[in-house]
Amino acid sequence: MIGLSAVYVFAGIVFVVITIFSALDRANPKRAVNALFWGLLAASFLFGDLLGDFGNGLLVLALAALAGFAGLGLGQPKTTDADERKRLAREFKNRLFVPALAIPAVTLIGSLTLKYASFSGRPLFDPAQVTLIALVLAVVASVALSRFMLRQPVIAALEEGRRLLDLVSWTALLPQMLASLGAVFALAGLGTAVGNLFTGLIPADSRFAAVAAYTIGMAVFTVIMGNGYAAFPVMTAAIGLPLIVTKFGGNPAIMSAIGMVSGFCGTLATPMAANFNLVPVALLGISDPYAVIKAQLPTAFLLLAFNTVLMDVLVFR
Amino acid sequence: MLPLIGIGVVVLGFALRLNGLLVVAAAAIATALAGGLDLVTAISAFGHAFNENRYVSITFLVLPAIGALERAGLQERARDMIEAMRAMTVSRIIVLYLLMRETAAAIGLTSLGGQAQMVRPLIAPMAEAAAEARLGTLSDETRQAVRAQAAAAENVGWFFGEDIFVALGSVLLIRGILEQNGILVQPLQLSLWSIPTAIAAFAIHATRIYVFEQRLKRETKLPEAETARS
Repeated sequence: MIGLSAVYVFAGIVFVVITIFSALDRANPKRAVNALFWGLLAASFLFGDLLGDFGNGLLVLALAALAGFAGLGLGQPKTTDADERKRLAREFKNRLFVPALAIPAVTLIGSLTLKYASFSGRPLFDPAQVTLIALVLAVVASVALSRFMLRQPVIAALEEGRRLLDLVSWTALLPQMLASLGAVFALAGLGTAVGNLFTGLIPADSRFAAVAAYTIGMAVFTVIMGNGYAAFPVMTAAIGLPLIVTKFGGNPAIMSAIGMVSGFCGTLATPMAANFNLVPVALLGISDPYAVIKAQLPTAFLLLAFNTVLMDVLVFR
Repeated sequence: MLPLIGIGVVVLGFALRLNGLLVVAAAAIATALAGGLDLVTAISAFGHAFNENRYVSITFLVLPAIGALERAGLQERARDMIEAMRAMTVSRIIVLYLLMRETAAAIGLTSLGGQAQMVRPLIAPMAEAAAEARLGTLSDETRQAVRAQAAAAENVGWFFGEDIFVALGSVLLIRGILEQNGILVQPLQLSLWSIPTAIAAFAIHATRIYVFEQRLKRETKLPEAETARS
């Protein structure tokens, strides 16, 4: 059965190629650091399960040390210049959109249909991982379409991948690191500690205070963890169920639905949600690392206020 | 209370704008040590979690595909298209994307979007081209502000649309957690009660995009008017 390990091998191979290109790039004065950094990531994808927990721990610390103390440089792969791109855009016209839209289209179709594919009665793909497998297939399809419709060699695609990856630089690894930090937080019992902190703050007899503590608590805890899914079980056990549902007789479905989206207001406001808020900054070449968060912050505050009032109005009907 | 030390490390590190990977690694080790683990076990716990979460970084595999298209002029084509459409303004493009992203997510089509897949190659250049068509050459600062707005619309649309679809992560998570506590809810109920917030999110964010555009117009016209007077 094709599952996550096959996806990791594919990713590992892509990163091995990027490592080699990085090592050979004489235009980048820090090419050794870049090659080591992407090389360690390739090793993680290819051999992560063989390294053991302590080995993986040292690998992460080495990645952090490389990024923090040595600093990554910017690779300079050969690419087309602005004039050439304008000319190509006029030549290819809307054909350019076909490989671009193939990415979401194939991902979508794959994630809906791959689970039904079977080979001699057994499922061909791990049903739990179809979205990631579909994404990889979509990338392969798009690169193939670019090869045949737009004359872009596969090697050029990998070099371009390196150009964009160097642009995102170490930020690319931040989402995975933060997800790991979340796991360590959970291990150390951080959830209960924060939950207790909030329960201590609420006046015992106010319905509105309980609602506000729940919605704001969801948002604040999400800011800390970078993920509303991590906040939901903690705040629901600490405030939602004992106070809003049991004590004041609120509706658990309404409470949970609005509570979850209150958590997402926190996601809009935190650098801990790096894949949403920090990676795009790097990807779009914006100089202020918090520019996307700043663009979202007023929406987050207004929507959190709306959610708090909405829950107070609906949940006790 | 001791595990809270990790939060302190993160807040301080991000506030001082230290390297994010160093900050997170330090926070993880500090939290594990404060939780009573020894150094080797702490490093192992973090390493184990890192290995388990490798799937998070798989999204970066789209970069070669996007890069190849940029090499062939995709961003330039997106700009040309918008320049040909006189009716397109910054706010119309970004609000339209917000609407499209949120509606698609609401019916379960969450993969129709993405910062690397849609915003960088298409939406951001389109919004920039629309701004340029109306306001002339943009300063670097304005250009970056327009891009940040495109990225923000992607996030807002996705987050608040996603909860409406019954078979997705958040709805299933809520159902599971409530069930553990002996409460049974129908996924459809959860979807239904996510709709008011989804509408509010669209209304609030779309208004803010419109206000952003008005401010852009004022700011770029002001210096011109002053030079005309003098």
